[in-house]
Amino acid sequence: MRNKIYYLLLMIPVMLLSGTVIFAQDNVVTESTMRSNGKIYVVMAICVTILVGLFLYVASIDKKIGKIEKENQNT
Amino acid sequence: MRKSWWKILAVILLVYTFTAGFLIKVPNVGNLKETIRNLFFHVPMWFSQLILLGISLVYSIRYLRNPNLKYDIYAEAFAKTGILMGVLGLVTGSIWATYTWGEPWSNDPKQIAVVIALLIYFAYLVLRNAVPDIDKRAKVSAVYNIFAYFIYVPLIMILPRLVESLHPGGKGVEGNPGLNGADLDATMRVVFWPAVIGWALLGTWISTLSIRIYLIRDKNLINAE
Repeated sequence: MRNKIYYLLLMIPVMLLSGTVIFAQDNVVTESTMRSNGKIYVVMAICVTILVGLFLYVASIDKKIGKIEKENQNT
Repeated sequence: MRKSWWKILAVILLVYTFTAGFLIKVPNVGNLKETIRNLFFHVPMWFSQLILLGISLVYSIRYLRNPNLKYDIYAEAFAKTGILMGVLGLVTGSIWATYTWGEPWSNDPKQIAVVIALLIYFAYLVLRNAVPDIDKRAKVSAVYNIFAYFIYVPLIMILPRLVESLHPGGKGVEGNPGLNGADLDATMRVVFWPAVIGWALLGTWISTLSIRIYLIRDKNLINAE
């Protein structure tokens, strides 16, 4: 059941992205992707990196609070 | 991480926003050029703020119906995250306005209305800290939170429909006061709505983190249900 939910969740971006691919079919990804299109991919990469870093931080706080919650239940 | 599927959903939706938001083809509207992509980042701030403050309102009402300190903690945490989203929305809006309206602050009706709305919510936080008695604080701030929401909604949803503004949406056009529906083509909607859901979920996630901290801090004060 759990795995099924994760699988469905992973399908969502695939579906959404395939939609945008259909909308932008003339947008051919070239060999030097990072240098194409006015180097917009570089901006994208940096923003995604910041976002992922933020997520990792939030997730680590989440885990720490979980641990403290467990300790509190035991005492 | 407990019950984590929606947290993963938030991550997926936002990573999708931050990739597709930069890559899709956007329509050419007025003097916006590429800055129309800000729609995927600036506008969801306000949508998620409305959602988070709405959740805060629900918990304030629940507190008044059943005075359990837990509900007060929920209302506070969601209000704080909502205010954070609003501040980010205001700052990103000012940056965007600098390069499209010509100046960061034009005393536009929508800018003023939204600042009043934010000040009302700042007053909520000040009010909370001004009342030392825990039960009194919970009750007074719950009442104030309900008042704040119902003055906040006219300020951002009704007032902007009545006056002319530099900001898209509102008087005389399709859509809500936040954006002009005619500017959005189908591709943009496919990125915009996942962004709104993603930010609302991330806001909820951050709120639950502070809720869990407050619950541990105040566990001796909270009555069992």
